[in-house]
Amino acid sequence: MSARSWIAGFVILLALGPVLLPEFHITLLNYIGLYALVALGLVLLTGVGGLTSFGQAAFVGIGAYTTAYLTTTDGLPDMVAWLGVSPWLTLPASVLMTMAVAALLGLLTLRLSGHYLPLGTIAWGISLYYLFGNVSFLGGHTGVSGIPALSLLGVDFKSGRNFYYLIWAVVLAALWATQNLLDSREGRAIRALKGGAVMAEAMGVDTARSKLVIFLIAAAFAAVSGWLYAHMQRFVNPTPFGLHIGIEYLFMAVIGGAGQVWGALVGAGLITILKQWLQDTLPGVFGASGNFEIIVFGLLMIFVLHRARDGLWPVIVKLLPARTVRREVGATDPLPLRTKPAPGTLLLDVKDAVKTFGGLTANNRMSLSVKAGEILALIGPNGAGKSTLFNLITGVDPPTSGEVSFLGGRIDGMAARDIARLGMSRTFQHVRLLSAMSVLENVAIGAHLRGRRGVGAAALHLERAEERRLLAESARQIERVGLAEQKFEPAGSLALGQQRTVEIARALAADPALLLLDEPAAGLRYLEKQALADLLRRLRDEGMGILLVEHDMDFVMGLADHVVVMEFGEKIAEGLPEEVQGNPDVIEAYLGGVD
Amino acid sequence: MDLQIALLLGQDGIVNGAIYALLALALVLVFAVTRVIFIPQGEFVAFGALTLASFQAGKVPGTLWLLVGMGVAIAAIEIGIALRNGTLRRLTSALGWNLAYPAVAAAVVLLGQPGSWSLALQVVLALALVVPLGPMVYRLAYQPLQSASVLVLLIVSVAVHLTLVGLGLLFFGAEGSRTPAFSDASFDWGGVMVTGQTLWVVGASAALIVVLYLFFERSLWGKALRATAINRTGARLMGISTTQAGKLSFVLAAAIGALSGILIAPITTVYYDTGFIIGLKGFVGAIVGGMASYPIAAAGAILVGLLESFSSFWASAFKEVIVFTLIIPVLIWRSLTTRHVEEEE
Repeated sequence: MSARSWIAGFVILLALGPVLLPEFHITLLNYIGLYALVALGLVLLTGVGGLTSFGQAAFVGIGAYTTAYLTTTDGLPDMVAWLGVSPWLTLPASVLMTMAVAALLGLLTLRLSGHYLPLGTIAWGISLYYLFGNVSFLGGHTGVSGIPALSLLGVDFKSGRNFYYLIWAVVLAALWATQNLLDSREGRAIRALKGGAVMAEAMGVDTARSKLVIFLIAAAFAAVSGWLYAHMQRFVNPTPFGLHIGIEYLFMAVIGGAGQVWGALVGAGLITILKQWLQDTLPGVFGASGNFEIIVFGLLMIFVLHRARDGLWPVIVKLLPARTVRREVGATDPLPLRTKPAPGTLLLDVKDAVKTFGGLTANNRMSLSVKAGEILALIGPNGAGKSTLFNLITGVDPPTSGEVSFLGGRIDGMAARDIARLGMSRTFQHVRLLSAMSVLENVAIGAHLRGRRGVGAAALHLERAEERRLLAESARQIERVGLAEQKFEPAGSLALGQQRTVEIARALAADPALLLLDEPAAGLRYLEKQALADLLRRLRDEGMGILLVEHDMDFVMGLADHVVVMEFGEKIAEGLPEEVQGNPDVIEAYLGGVD
Repeated sequence: MDLQIALLLGQDGIVNGAIYALLALALVLVFAVTRVIFIPQGEFVAFGALTLASFQAGKVPGTLWLLVGMGVAIAAIEIGIALRNGTLRRLTSALGWNLAYPAVAAAVVLLGQPGSWSLALQVVLALALVVPLGPMVYRLAYQPLQSASVLVLLIVSVAVHLTLVGLGLLFFGAEGSRTPAFSDASFDWGGVMVTGQTLWVVGASAALIVVLYLFFERSLWGKALRATAINRTGARLMGISTTQAGKLSFVLAAAIGALSGILIAPITTVYYDTGFIIGLKGFVGAIVGGMASYPIAAAGAILVGLLESFSSFWASAFKEVIVFTLIIPVLIWRSLTTRHVEEEE
């Protein structure tokens, strides 16, 4: 059975729900839908993007309170009073208000990844909760009542059964849009945030922007959920927007499977039903009333994290018959190419570059230059500072002093992604692939800057033409490096040598004028090395400049036009391969002195 | 506001700040050694205070059953592991701590009538019940996830927090408790009344900080913990067990938490869920210190205490809003002063 028929079956079941189920179950399903919407935002934010937020409940609260306030308050200033006329007008108001607050909080806290962000979300989660309870125009702890019901084209949504359709239509639309977004150019950038930010930046992705984007989308989903909640309950008070509910949302996402959109649905369903059941049973067991379900939730959560860290959805998927998606890339017109500098043009010019880390000088007055149509090899013993030099050329780490120019313009101090945009692309010594993603998708990240359609188009899948061209280009580069067979394999399943080759394909997908390769031949077998050398020669003959760090001397000496030798952060020799091979300093650096 | 009120508020702030400082130190310690952001720290505050209150009310505190239950669970796990690996002889210490110790504790609490004991002995017994819960929580919840990322550990912390709060409600009910003051003395210092309890809190906090300092600077165990905090792999290569270091840091955190609870119980009514907010305020202090520096964390915590007491005077309804919003400028400051380098986890 295909994924499509599973989804169709699920939608039909959903549509039949109100016909078959009693009122109580409809109410429960309504809540599951509302929670799933928030959890879906967390899947995007936490599961995919790696940004943990405990504060989503506060965003739900802002959405709910915005509409509650606008639709129930008399005598608002004219500027906003018209919004209160219909709840449908307050929907954009609720979403925009929430996104504005989220943008502010995001700009302040998203720079702190790691554990500061979740701690920050706990803090503002609590702050906003207390604010709801203490601001007099929001009704304090008693809340706001008399919120109007929704109606559309004469159908009113007072009954739970009607509301059910509204909620689930929204949830399905959100699932669809999120799924679409993740399967796109912007989506690949988002999926690179967790564990691949340095690589993504080097490929031209603005990771700070991507983080803010998913933070805002998650906030918007929360706001819509809050808006629906306010008009379903027709009453709001601070309780459902506190930190504990924020924690519950995160639990839903994590237990369901924070990496997949369907996990949000599984998690929201499971936790909501379990909570209902526990609230009915536990007081009988313990002989007292209180929210004892949190004991079970806590233990369940610990158990899931011990046993199935990726949540339940992957476990469910494993039970279904396995199928691999092999969506062949159709033929399409190729992406436009960059106008390449003529062979012999000076591409990269490093002058007196110095890089110090505290007291350690990793690069001392290094100079080198690469021309179009030339392969320059940078060699030197381990720890000579070659990778540091790579990092300061590509903007991963700015130089302490000195000049780096690319195509005549200064690039030292520029961000890695801006340098990438100028036509420089690189591979990493320690392979930086997203191991769960297919080879094709990994390579497509390299082509990030060659597409321009944004998040909105991706969510609605309006960018399919561009996407096809990007994937076709990626497939072409994969074939070029000889990995066509592995196109749809997860990158992590390849041998290390092949993973390095994928890195080269990814760099090529950017259509660079200058290619920087950090130990590309390490881990390759003899024939693979020969194939790689042939490829690099071809690229050189097409006019590309190549800067190569490599330890395999046979490989380097047979390939490079020029060689620069480094030791202890300094250049000790440079020249033609045969000159360098005979240089006594170089021999000493590699083999030790002959005393 | 006149000087009188300002001094009163300042005194209040320093008392609370001293407690937050202790908690901030424990949080920094646990984080540095184990990378666990120890959200359940606050539950130990509540457990300490409420266990003592139970003794005074002549009741058997539920924490005893938690101690017995977790001990049995750990013993079962350890026996299972030992059977699988054929290392039954190494079980003595694990069984001693997890079965014999809780059994002795249960015998003392059930037969010894601690309700009639002196306050000092009751405090000791309360600590004896609550402190071992720290390493037990570590063994059950965190040790299997030692290599997990900070974020996974954080989510586990939140889960542990929820479980313990729920258990707190089950054990102690929804009503709060207060315990009698350690001393009824009060002093008039230049027109400001200073109670004996205030001096106890500030004095005990200061003493504890000094003891911690000596522990980390002078003792081998303290140095082992510092080594683990700085470089886990390096410490392991030098023969320091990161598991033992983790357990030890949880012992210290639980002890600091329980003691803080016992110190503030005479000043403020402690409910089963009071610890969380107190712990979070310790957090704000710890974050001021960047989760890395003990003195800055302690100073930050005192600042939180002062901010709280003064804002409760001017805008009491917004007290919590003000305290928790403080974190945001601190985070900005942190983000401007630290260049974030991605850790590949």
